[in-house]
Amino acid sequence: MDFLFVQFLNGLASASALFLVASGLSIIFGVTRIVNFAHGAFYMLGAYVAYTLTTTLTGPLGFWVALPLAAVIVAALGALVEMTLLRRIYEAPELFQLLATFGLTLMVEDLVVLIWGPEDLLGPRAPGLEGAVNIFGQLFPAYDLMLIALGPIVLAGLWLLFHKTRWGVLVRAATQDRTMVAALGVNQAWLFTSVFTLGIFLAALGGAVQIPREAVHHMMDLQIIVEAFVIVVIGGLGNVFGAFLAAFIIAELNAFGILLFPKISLVLVFLVMAVVLVVRPWGLLGKPEGAARAAVGTALQPWKRLGARGRNLSLGLLLVLALLPVFAGNYLLAVSTEILIFVLFAASLHLMMGVGGMVSFGHAAYFGLGAYGAALLVRFTGAPMEVGLWAGPLLAVAGAALFGWFCVRLSGVYLAMLTLAFAQIVWSIVFQWYEVTGGDNGILGIWPSSWASDPMVFYYLTLGIVTLGILAIRRIVFAPFGYAVRGCRDSVLRAESIGMNRMSLQWLCFTLAGSFAGFAGVLYAYLKGSVFPDVLAIPTSVDGLVMVLLGGIQTVAGPVVGAAVYEALSIYMTSETDLWKLILGGLIVVLVVAFPEGIVGFWQRRVQPLLSDRDGRDEEPAREGTA
Amino acid sequence: MAWTKRLTHGAVSAVAGIAALAASGLGAGGSALAQDPIKIGEINSYTALPAFTEPYRMGWQLALEEINAAGGVDGRPLEVISKDDAGKPGDAVTAANELTQREDVALLMGTFFSHVGLAVSDYAKQREVFFLAAEPLTDALVWSKGNDYTFRLRPSVTMQAEMLAEEAAKLDATRWATVAPNYEYGTSAVEAFKEAMNRRRDDIEWVNEQWPPFGKIDAGSTVQALAQSEPDAIFNVTFGPDLTKFVREGTTRGLFQDREVVSLLTGEPEYMDPLGAETPEGWIVTGYPWDQIDTPEHNTFLEAYQAKFDDYPRLGSIVGYATMYSVAEILEKAESLETEDLIAAAEGIGVDTPLGPITYRAADHQSTLGAYVGRTAVQDGKGVMVDFGYRDGANYLPSPDEAKAMRPGS
Repeated sequence: MDFLFVQFLNGLASASALFLVASGLSIIFGVTRIVNFAHGAFYMLGAYVAYTLTTTLTGPLGFWVALPLAAVIVAALGALVEMTLLRRIYEAPELFQLLATFGLTLMVEDLVVLIWGPEDLLGPRAPGLEGAVNIFGQLFPAYDLMLIALGPIVLAGLWLLFHKTRWGVLVRAATQDRTMVAALGVNQAWLFTSVFTLGIFLAALGGAVQIPREAVHHMMDLQIIVEAFVIVVIGGLGNVFGAFLAAFIIAELNAFGILLFPKISLVLVFLVMAVVLVVRPWGLLGKPEGAARAAVGTALQPWKRLGARGRNLSLGLLLVLALLPVFAGNYLLAVSTEILIFVLFAASLHLMMGVGGMVSFGHAAYFGLGAYGAALLVRFTGAPMEVGLWAGPLLAVAGAALFGWFCVRLSGVYLAMLTLAFAQIVWSIVFQWYEVTGGDNGILGIWPSSWASDPMVFYYLTLGIVTLGILAIRRIVFAPFGYAVRGCRDSVLRAESIGMNRMSLQWLCFTLAGSFAGFAGVLYAYLKGSVFPDVLAIPTSVDGLVMVLLGGIQTVAGPVVGAAVYEALSIYMTSETDLWKLILGGLIVVLVVAFPEGIVGFWQRRVQPLLSDRDGRDEEPAREGTA
Repeated sequence: MAWTKRLTHGAVSAVAGIAALAASGLGAGGSALAQDPIKIGEINSYTALPAFTEPYRMGWQLALEEINAAGGVDGRPLEVISKDDAGKPGDAVTAANELTQREDVALLMGTFFSHVGLAVSDYAKQREVFFLAAEPLTDALVWSKGNDYTFRLRPSVTMQAEMLAEEAAKLDATRWATVAPNYEYGTSAVEAFKEAMNRRRDDIEWVNEQWPPFGKIDAGSTVQALAQSEPDAIFNVTFGPDLTKFVREGTTRGLFQDREVVSLLTGEPEYMDPLGAETPEGWIVTGYPWDQIDTPEHNTFLEAYQAKFDDYPRLGSIVGYATMYSVAEILEKAESLETEDLIAAAEGIGVDTPLGPITYRAADHQSTLGAYVGRTAVQDGKGVMVDFGYRDGANYLPSPDEAKAMRPGS
């Protein structure tokens, strides 16, 4: 009994730590709708700054001043980021801010290593709370008692702030309907900055209070960001009480779960999230979102087929790609093959996000299932590539059909997070099922058949399949089915009222998107020769999102361009410099500010009108290339 | 400080590169051809794990400088082209492709993570390139998934678990608990240790095992769960930030009081130094007590290293240094730069390292590099190893016949 009570306290201490970070994220999302990928980076900065302060400010008071001071410093940095970067792109399509914060995260990961060095830094213990307290004969760290208290204190503070101040009233109003708040004449810019700063303050404080518990290192951000997001979603977006409840549930389930299933931690949070979202589609304490808002990917102008010039341009590009082996060496061909594979992957994600209006944070699942489909066939049946190429994607199709059935019952970020939950569950199965998948040591020896092992032949094979895939996706987009799916995306109410079956349309779209991703995954497996769980992991999903957003989610050609640009840049940078995260992240931030509609969106809205003016006699001036 | 060092490093190598370009432009005709450097491709997780791969890089850079100062191999200098794999197997294969297809390197070396090492090893097999894996610890690399093209320097998980089990079996403890990160490295280390202990003793009882996710240990709950099972001793495989959290919580909660702890890799400076004055005392660990080893070969290395870098070596430095020298020896012995000749040269080759002479076994392509085993202590606010001794890897490997039988195609 004593043991169970102390284990319960352990859970409470972890819950407090999680809650601090998650509450900040929740507040920011609730008001600004920013999916703040950099939240973990600010958490990490909080810890690093606190480390520096606690080791320079000496004396017992120094430590206790250092923690909040670190949070204030990082919050100021956050305010700066909001004012200089994010404020420029609030008008951009929803989710685009994700791209900016992703770029920031990459930069911060390199910067902390440059500033603080690569080694783990262990800060001091908390003065006055170094030791342990005897609770029912079990030793419990005194500092953890302080943490347990901190969670409810912060929660109470936030409640007072939101309910007893005018600012809090505005924040709550904006969480419910920010358009209405703006219409009432509230200065949104100021409100967003203050909310963002508060959120970052909480993240940084969450990082700073970890100093006495763990070493500071440059991967802290990734460890916390996903978990924080999961907690926000389980609790209900924008609801800090929900975040508190969710943090409590997750931490306690983990503390007791490891007693029965020591390997549960890996997948626990995602299992809980999947169950919660299936049962309660808006989280534990969340409310259904108003349906009035425009969905992701809503095009400003309806998409059109390519005009004559656009078609010629595409054919020209295809011709150049077909002639590439004439002057490119084997390495360049392999890189081009990889880029083509990601073009198909990004296009498949776009089919789901841009066309279907269903954002996916877990698209890697279908890419990875395709890759593992082929790899498992090779491993257990020794099937040649000719079989693997067509049978491999079946696993992705099955996965997409199964998960899609659950996902289409949800919408918005909840849907996105459910895709993430499924992806992570698949990942952890693949990661732990050694007998079948080889666990994290992967499956080796997935090479093309001998006739295709030459990089040039494999390049042509990939080019053929990817071209067919892109054509098929375009065919889907402009088929009646595509119009119907786009209708559901733009207005669920209207689509349903004219008799469309939204769920089955979206389910089919989801499955199709998963299938195309599966083909990309199979090609990737044969290109690399081996498959590891990281193909299904979060970074692969994030890469896909970055490609689609970078290209322009409101265009049909966007993902193709975005994937080519991002993949080429990242391969080139990784090869050229050790500081590739800093440079790539910086480039993304610059691109985000320069092209808030994505690269293709920028082209269509800003560059093309100029070209058409000059070329006035052209027959279909405005329509060309709009798709 | 770190960043200035790094920036100057970058600047220096950039200048050196330009100088080398200019020099190659000036050197004319056939005589320059004989002086063409032998290109070596190197891949490691420089951005994902800088704390371990930076010292490794400094190690091979020192060796490279020494080798070239001594005239290179057959009068040709060595040139290392180094790439980052971002800790991802897919990126490592891209890098391997670039190195072999575009840079036309004679062989590949490097890698840290086991799965990255396996990906490159499979690439080497497919493209018939020689690959010397530096750091990956998985047994699979040379045994269950071994291939003709891949050699490995560091002692594997099983070898190091054997070394520790040898000491652990001498303890009175019979009730054992284990804690290891939940991935292949952790599971295979626990498996190997259990097997080795059960072989030596028949009174061992395994009372608890904890599998925190790598990098995300919930240290308080894990420590409490371990304490609840009341073990006499604990076998630990966690490392890095997980280890730090585990040690802090465990110390505060008295988990390590009157308990023996046997811990893999914890004596390596990479993992012990961040713990500083909080290094737990009396743990039996594998590691590298760089400041106390007193052998002529290590003294020479230490002096040269400290003179060049104004820093002390980590185990990674030894690995980088020994890998580079292994490559040079193999090239020296090989009749040509053809892959078959490199493999033939590498099988059974002897190489001198700062930790003593090693041999790359012909049977499984594993080197006989060993490790130091000792107990941890704190001196002057720093963790150190005491009562240590070197364990020659050769004594912890299966016989050549047994090893061969574990490899595919035998």
